[in-house]
Amino acid sequence: MSEIFTTAVLVAVGASAIRLAVPLLLAALGETFGQRSGVLNLGVDGIMLLGAFTGYYAVLKTDNVWLGLLAGAIVGLVLGLASAVIAVTLKAEQGISGIGIFLFGLGMSDLLFQKLVGTPIGIDTFPQVDIPLLSDIPYIGEIFFQHSLVIYLAFLSIPVATFVINRTTFGMKIRAVGEYPDAADTLGVSVAGVRYATEIIGGTLAGIAGAVLAITLGIFQQNLTNGAGFIAIALVYFGAWRPTGIMLGALLFGFVNALVLELKTLEIIPRDLSNLAAMAPAIITILALVFVARRFRAPSALTKPFTRGT
Amino acid sequence: MSINLSHQQRRILAYSIPVLAVFAALIFGAIMLVLLGANPIEGYAEMFVGAFGSGDALIATILKATPLLFVGTGIVIAFRANVINIGAEGQMVLGGLFATIAALYLPEMAPIIMVPAVLMAGILGGALWGWIPGALKAYYRVNEILSTIMLNIVAVQLMSYLLRGPLIDPAYKEVVGIAQTERLMESADLPIIFGDRFHIGPVLAILGAIATYYLLWRTPLGYRLRAVGLSEHAARYAGIPVRRTIALALTLSGAFAGLAGAVLVFGSESHRMVDAGSAAGFTGSAGFNGIVAALLGGLHPIWTIPASFLFGGLIVGGQALQRAVQVPSALIIALNGLVVVFVVAADRYRVKLLSVDGRDQEIADDGKMPLDDGDSALGSVYDAAPSGTDSYGQDEFNEDPR
Repeated sequence: MSEIFTTAVLVAVGASAIRLAVPLLLAALGETFGQRSGVLNLGVDGIMLLGAFTGYYAVLKTDNVWLGLLAGAIVGLVLGLASAVIAVTLKAEQGISGIGIFLFGLGMSDLLFQKLVGTPIGIDTFPQVDIPLLSDIPYIGEIFFQHSLVIYLAFLSIPVATFVINRTTFGMKIRAVGEYPDAADTLGVSVAGVRYATEIIGGTLAGIAGAVLAITLGIFQQNLTNGAGFIAIALVYFGAWRPTGIMLGALLFGFVNALVLELKTLEIIPRDLSNLAAMAPAIITILALVFVARRFRAPSALTKPFTRGT
Repeated sequence: MSINLSHQQRRILAYSIPVLAVFAALIFGAIMLVLLGANPIEGYAEMFVGAFGSGDALIATILKATPLLFVGTGIVIAFRANVINIGAEGQMVLGGLFATIAALYLPEMAPIIMVPAVLMAGILGGALWGWIPGALKAYYRVNEILSTIMLNIVAVQLMSYLLRGPLIDPAYKEVVGIAQTERLMESADLPIIFGDRFHIGPVLAILGAIATYYLLWRTPLGYRLRAVGLSEHAARYAGIPVRRTIALALTLSGAFAGLAGAVLVFGSESHRMVDAGSAAGFTGSAGFNGIVAALLGGLHPIWTIPASFLFGGLIVGGQALQRAVQVPSALIIALNGLVVVFVVAADRYRVKLLSVDGRDQEIADDGKMPLDDGDSALGSVYDAAPSGTDSYGQDEFNEDPR
């Protein structure tokens, strides 16, 4: 055992943890905006899958990873808008309509892949950008500062999100609508408008998260996300609706996934036990939910459609 | 909604809304078919014939509807108690696994003992997988939507592990890729009623739905479940053990899903439990579609019977459509998702139509309308803070200091 956990292996696991955390981080960050405003979007995984396919397809056709990212974002935006129509205007039960969006995304992304691509073809991935000086630090440099640009930007989005939610008028409106929609409405804040905005932000980030996943891996396949969207929703609870907490959660999940992958590659976990190892994120999530439910409170209006005057 | 309609008209309209929603989803599907270069009219004709056009088609539809009805009945129980069970997929898997393990390890006995034994094992497995999120919600306030989704993931991995490992057919041990049990003992096969595959499953499912109607509207337990669903505070005031009732609602809901899983294994033509690599591979998404069947049936166990039949037809017909017009089967999953979205989005209008005419009380009493005005009974999932435990300050936030 001791020879297996060499520094080289640990550094590889650390770097891969950062990479694996990013799609979760982006999707969870998007979901946070929605939940803080009182909307639970369970369809994140479906949006991620469609974002992943369009991102993949755009790169396949144009050989431009940034166009791929843009394509994923646009699809996410459209699906975020659709989610808002369903949850805010039609006031559908959010716990179930999201499952419908997920199934739609799961089927549609696979259908499009089979129709338009067929056999898996590799695509270009994001170019690695070493941060000058910092990337030369032994170990630390390799873990933190030898990634692609999107990874750095994803982590930069954490303080941005914290700032927007806590320090801007828009963020204040989001929180007001999520906690006391009646009061917000009385003060002239459009509850529906704010929720449309947060759902569109959430959808766009989920689409980007999917595209980042596909373009980082350089492939697309049926059910590429493998439930990452659901883990992302759980991360919002895990992080107690705060961007920093969500980042820590995403890093933890990234680390667990990276470790399991590495142990599988090194054949420390036998192949027939890999399914048991794959349960780890879900079980950790359930335990974390118990902990979070005891200490933190969800936005009061979460999952409750707003009707004036009730 | 200011159009003047009589009570009767409202009611008919309300009950046709979910069906209209399904049609809306199918129109959306027609657009997709056109984009795929297929003829939607031809496709939907194939779909109808494939689902209801012959004796064989009807049998296939009824058998497909059976797990939907089991799951849907369980969903009705949970939703009536204001608990959202998204975990039927995992509960079906556990039911299938428990029943399979029972058949593999119990000594062979007469069918009259074996069949109830394996079905009971399935019920136990599903009930366990429902009790976990039920207890977590009731005693630790863990949101059941999330915990059931996570337990679905755990169940699928457990199934893959067991069917690839300890439970694998010894004959296939060396062959990579086939994860299934051996042919399970014959005395546990579900008895065939007629033809070569119409087993007792559908009959059990209908009996279960009728029994659930009695449970919910004719027994004290059912009264408690519905009381908790309508108003937790009032129920607590009336001395109903709210937490235990919530845990029980999910346990019962899981038990029905577990039975569905057992029926899938022992009513299957291969009489094996087979892992197709995902939950949907085993359940055929019945754990999600059962929710839609329950909503189509207006959250009433008896109406869930025809609703499941219709939805079973939709699935069987969808497969026929997909074969006839030669589009990838992924289309069916996408269409399925659209049906879920449209039915759920339309549900609130059904509720509205039934409640604004001032006759809610009468409707609620005959078990057809559980929901109060405007606010769905499923709406207040997150404020289920049991009194006396205010560790996250729920009570302070809810109580207006004025």
